[in-house]
Amino acid sequence: MSNPENLKYTKEHEWVLIEGDVATIGITAYAAEKLGDVVFVDLPKAGTSTTYMKICGEIESTKSVGELYAPLDGEVVEANAAVVSAPETVNSDPFGAGWLIKVRFTNLPELLTVAEYNALTGEA
Amino acid sequence: MPQTPLNAEHDRLGASFTDFGGWDMPVRYTSDLAEHQAVRESAGLFDISHMAEIFVRGATSPAFLDYALVGLASAIPDGKAKYSMIVDVHGNIIDDLIVYRLEYDSFLIIANAGNRSAVVDALKERVATFGFTDIFDSSDEFALLAIQGPKATAILQTLTDSDLSELPYYSIGNGKVSGVESYLCRTGYTGEEGFEVLFRAESAVEVFNALIKAGAQPCGLASRDTLRLEAGMPLYGHELDLETNPYEANLGRAVKLDRDKDFVGKDALKAISEKPVTKILVGLVGEGKRAARADYLIYATAEATESIGKITSGALSPTLGYPVAMAYVSPEHSAVGSLVSVDIRGTRLEMKVVKLPFYKRAS
Repeated sequence: MSNPENLKYTKEHEWVLIEGDVATIGITAYAAEKLGDVVFVDLPKAGTSTTYMKICGEIESTKSVGELYAPLDGEVVEANAAVVSAPETVNSDPFGAGWLIKVRFTNLPELLTVAEYNALTGEA
Repeated sequence: MPQTPLNAEHDRLGASFTDFGGWDMPVRYTSDLAEHQAVRESAGLFDISHMAEIFVRGATSPAFLDYALVGLASAIPDGKAKYSMIVDVHGNIIDDLIVYRLEYDSFLIIANAGNRSAVVDALKERVATFGFTDIFDSSDEFALLAIQGPKATAILQTLTDSDLSELPYYSIGNGKVSGVESYLCRTGYTGEEGFEVLFRAESAVEVFNALIKAGAQPCGLASRDTLRLEAGMPLYGHELDLETNPYEANLGRAVKLDRDKDFVGKDALKAISEKPVTKILVGLVGEGKRAARADYLIYATAEATESIGKITSGALSPTLGYPVAMAYVSPEHSAVGSLVSVDIRGTRLEMKVVKLPFYKRAS
């Protein structure tokens, strides 16, 4: 699954979709693939504040635990309840229905472009 | 990193790889949950060619293995297998093994990949006083495939003229699989019925693909780990190591102390068996979806700050849907029904001691 051009990325393998002052955040197909089948996600509740590169959630597979790093400072406006009840969505549609949280951000840090992220994961 | 003869096949099938026991092994092909389920409901195929195959042959081989291992190899009937261990002089576990008796004076030992040299070295050292027995580490010359699941025997039967119904659990026979001369071992590490098939490495691709074509689904080590965990089977490096003796691991039944002759570790194990253990392996179950994983600490209560044990393996059980774990706890917390508290990355989860295994197939 190639990384969408319209998204920004982090070196912790999150993707970020910026729309106005709200960022939708998920983990990349690369991260989902590395984790294996996701069986549990623990997401911050709406209203929780996030700090750039601080852990704000967990994604567990059968084999391991992945941490969700907040890609920006702000406040969670929504956690994806559908993913909490069907964690396998993170594997089946990581860039779409498998999104994790929406954050209203207060400042926008410099994130990776798709080209930079592709270089990081060794994709063409 | 060493590879099995099937590495290119795994890659072709889209596997992700991991380092296991120093080997480059397939961790999953597509989905570890689907692979787990295939073994529980149909048939899965594992490449376990990384495991060590050690042949012990010669007139004194039964007496030698009685001395070198904790069990009585000399009491295994021809064509049968026995779970055993090799321990050091302190009674701690160097490895757990399956010993197959091929003939009166010919044995096959399957050891863990990561312990291959430790086991071979110990056997060679211990054989010094026994004439007429040779030890052959043939690991590099053989491929080993495990086909496991309720449909495993039927699938394997389509590729061999040997009557598999004549091979009971924990026995070994010879036969051709897809035309390739093989040892057929009715053993496994998943809690399901099935076979382990051992044959020359040069035929690995052919036999592997024939089994897939016959209906077995290739499965990676991720599913193998959750399957063996549900079945309550220990994994060296997790439940077993050089700081653990067989009694702590609930494997005392494999140790035959009641014999006149000496064996390596006998004095130590006899002394250990007469005293209460300081830690004991238990099964734990919890509610919810958060898994207690290896090395997480265990406490007597949610408030307690002094740990009473440690998780050795744990996962959200794919078959059962709740967290299961194996753990060493101090004996006073080991009774079935005891409640303990596990620290899961800062959050406490209450877990209950249960009898192993977590999962048992309907027979």
